[in-house]
Amino acid sequence: MFLICVNLWLKKMEKNNFQQVGKSKIKVDGQALVTGQPVFVGDFIIPGMLWAKVLWSPHSHARIKNIDASEAEKLPGVKAVLTYKDVPRIPFTTAGQGAPEPSPYDSFILDNKVRYLGDRVAAVAAETEEIANEALKQIKVDYEILEPILDPKNSRKKNAPVIHDEKEAHMPLPLAYEPKKNICAHIDIKIGDAEKTLKESDYVIEHEYDIHYAQHTPIETHISTAYFDVHGRMVIITSTQVPFHVRRIVARSLNIPVQKIRVIKPRIGGGFGVKQEVLIEPLVAALAMKTNQAVCLKYTRSEEFISSRCRHPQVINLKTGVQKDGTFSAIDIGILQNNGAYGSHSLTILCNTGSKILPLFKCKNIIFDGDVVYTNLPVCGAYRGYGATEGYFAMGIQLDEMAEKIGVDIVEWSKKIHISVGETSPVFAALGEGVEGVEQNISSCGLDKCIELGAKEINWYQKRRKTQTGRYRRGVGMVIMMQGSSIPEIDMGAAFMKMNEDGSFNLLLGATDLGTGSDTIMSQIAAEVLGTATEKMLVYSSDTDLTPFDVGAYASSTTYLSGQAVLKTAQKIKEQIKKVAAEMLKEPVENLTVHEGKVFGKKGKATFSEIANYSLYTKHQHQIMAGESHITHKSPPPFSAHFGEVEVDTLTGKVRVIKYVAAVDCGTAINPKSAEGQTEGAVINGISYALCERYIFNKKGKMLNPNFNYYKIFSTMDLPELKTILVPTYEPTGPFGAKSVSEIGINGPCPVIANAIYDAVGVRLYKAPFTPDKVLEAIKKNGNHR
Amino acid sequence: MKIETTINNQKKELNVKNYTEPLLDVLRRHGYVGTKEGCRSGQCGACVVLVNGLPVNSCIYPAGRASGKKITTIEGIGIPNKLDKIQQSYLESGAVQCGYCTPGMILCTKSLLDKNPAPTDEEIKLALDGNLCRCTGYVKIIDAVKLAAKKLKKSSHR
Ligand code: FES
Ligand code: FES
Repeated sequence: MFLICVNLWLKKMEKNNFQQVGKSKIKVDGQALVTGQPVFVGDFIIPGMLWAKVLWSPHSHARIKNIDASEAEKLPGVKAVLTYKDVPRIPFTTAGQGAPEPSPYDSFILDNKVRYLGDRVAAVAAETEEIANEALKQIKVDYEILEPILDPKNSRKKNAPVIHDEKEAHMPLPLAYEPKKNICAHIDIKIGDAEKTLKESDYVIEHEYDIHYAQHTPIETHISTAYFDVHGRMVIITSTQVPFHVRRIVARSLNIPVQKIRVIKPRIGGGFGVKQEVLIEPLVAALAMKTNQAVCLKYTRSEEFISSRCRHPQVINLKTGVQKDGTFSAIDIGILQNNGAYGSHSLTILCNTGSKILPLFKCKNIIFDGDVVYTNLPVCGAYRGYGATEGYFAMGIQLDEMAEKIGVDIVEWSKKIHISVGETSPVFAALGEGVEGVEQNISSCGLDKCIELGAKEINWYQKRRKTQTGRYRRGVGMVIMMQGSSIPEIDMGAAFMKMNEDGSFNLLLGATDLGTGSDTIMSQIAAEVLGTATEKMLVYSSDTDLTPFDVGAYASSTTYLSGQAVLKTAQKIKEQIKKVAAEMLKEPVENLTVHEGKVFGKKGKATFSEIANYSLYTKHQHQIMAGESHITHKSPPPFSAHFGEVEVDTLTGKVRVIKYVAAVDCGTAINPKSAEGQTEGAVINGISYALCERYIFNKKGKMLNPNFNYYKIFSTMDLPELKTILVPTYEPTGPFGAKSVSEIGINGPCPVIANAIYDAVGVRLYKAPFTPDKVLEAIKKNGNHR
Repeated sequence: MKIETTINNQKKELNVKNYTEPLLDVLRRHGYVGTKEGCRSGQCGACVVLVNGLPVNSCIYPAGRASGKKITTIEGIGIPNKLDKIQQSYLESGAVQCGYCTPGMILCTKSLLDKNPAPTDEEIKLALDGNLCRCTGYVKIIDAVKLAAKKLKKSSHR
């Protein structure tokens, strides 16, 4: 199968003979970044700008009986204090998704109830941060303390306190939502007859898996600045992945027309999903409206940990049935997902845990159900991997266990059980993002090759199942995975292009480069179509006044979806260029070919610059320009196989990753270094999550470690040897054969490391992260060292 | 209060609120906004500048202590169209994603290569261990340091 893919891809490569695509072009915004130019939100200093600070709730669950800001308002230098009394009472969701969002409208800019320790109580804008902080101390709040829910297992209990008892909370789409029961989403899907087939299976394994809170920790925390321009329109410069959703959600939350708002996304210092949240923009906008001045709000690191968004913890009950011949008879998944105090991305994350895992396996009988519950804990939102990270944790471990049970090598078995080109899965149609999905057949898959190359690189057959003695034991583990590329028939991206006199082009994109390099990738795609150099593209992206719409950077969509919009736009431009050239060269369009920035006819040629000048100044003057939109009808999965080798210290329980291999099929890598970089970043984040990242709460639900000293993320000294292998395939529906790559890499480390630990010391860990205490306890309990 | 320093080889008088005001805030207020803030507590390295050639976390470095010293910020390394070899190496290696950690990384790299023109992988990792990057997984950053060492070696031989 792989050979067919490679051949197909090579054929296309030959035919297309790519000049710009498939090359590691330097980032178009790179010079500005390496020289420290003022390109981030915090670098835009507006004269007279005020600084905002937020008062955070000291309680997990309380009603504000009384709030008095009069003393704070009197402080010299304080320009505004906002409490719930000063903002419109309009419910909205902070989830930056397409409209109407499949997330409950359960948030207000400020409310008279606080629902977790770290929730907003009030906000101040003052001349300096010091004054703003001082003002916060002067705000007097009288709370009626309510009983909190700090364990998601208690949320659905009969007499549990109701976290969202406000009458306004509702779901904008006809979807299951029962705030009175603390249920913010529910799913229930049955395909075939899993109950029956499970009973008849030769082998059945059932287990509960528990995966934990984590934070994205972009090195730039949340930051937004809002001000009024000369026409009295509000401009919001913000570190966001979703500028157009910001505009719409701010308009809703403040009840002002979209027309009155311009959102600009400059460079942003990392997102990983946490900036798919319209978190602080409505508040900054409200402060700017109140003061009629520019206001900047920037989260501190500890605020970023506690009061922004996290990964959704899930408790997954997974049961699989397999026949003697290694085929699946049934998979039954039940999930309890903790969303924290608000319902952002609740249903869609849950759905993704099924829709990004189940189709990978050839299985006709499926039960997938889950509840998402509210708790009085920090709020969860989109995080790279988006539910799939959670799902592969459970599935990856269970398959390893199953392979052992049926007596096959997991590597060999993995090759047999996955979906391949030409095949489909009933899950694609049954399960989408909150609603039904879209049926699709797989049209590119390099997974077998990923497995083969990955196993070779890690030296699987030499290292697996080694009997060892001594303090340090080594083991290897693996997992296979898929993700998606955009949300089919929901997401839309658009681009606009125009040609300049010197043969350069302005490329205006809705697509949002959050540091991933999408501006560069879009330039490469446009340049490839036009037969010119990537360097001829002048990119400007994500400004709601100047660029066309795009849903934004999420759901692994930018290259696949927005890239296709760019490709179509560039094709239109190319037609226009040819038309002008035909007139100039007096040759029919059919005679013309375009490459190296020139149009060649049978008799003569014209450079892009000559063509642009002709079109602008000489005859039949017009601007060569075009725009296009794109939606997709498929979400072709990238595939990946991950392998890892760990060393377990049996005395301390410490686990060290020695080597990690990520082999990934992302179709054509438009920019191979960027594709590798996406994979490396995702993998290291994943390893860090698997081994050391965790939220430590006290009895009141307070997160105790909101800093990098106690919430450890990987740094250079922690690195394993990391090898990324790009396995090229050609996805016919993607731009030049491309699929997505940004998210899939984070899903592997949890199961890979758990499986490698088992291989090393013979203990299964079902609860992440694999910190020394847990590993040691498991070793002691088991005693049965390998 | 005012302090005299040399920033990027130019004498500069800085207005400082008090001795302990973080150097980070002072630099940013005076327009050196290439110096980034990621934690304000010495835990991420985004704010690294060189003081007398050595990397310091400017968020916890009292500005008063910089008096009479030589400070290098990212603005002093190279400018657009005139990149320094380290900056060029970061770009060529794909070591820059969002770029928010990059100024600190580049300054630490410079300090390392000034002292040790041919560092081993372990030495590079040790030198950059205080600089967090959430985007790249560090692999290409280490590549960039090695490439920069190579480029600098070549040019010093000429
Ligand atoms: S901002 Fe100085 S070390 Fe993080
Ligand atoms: S490139 Fe984004 S934090 Fe390093």
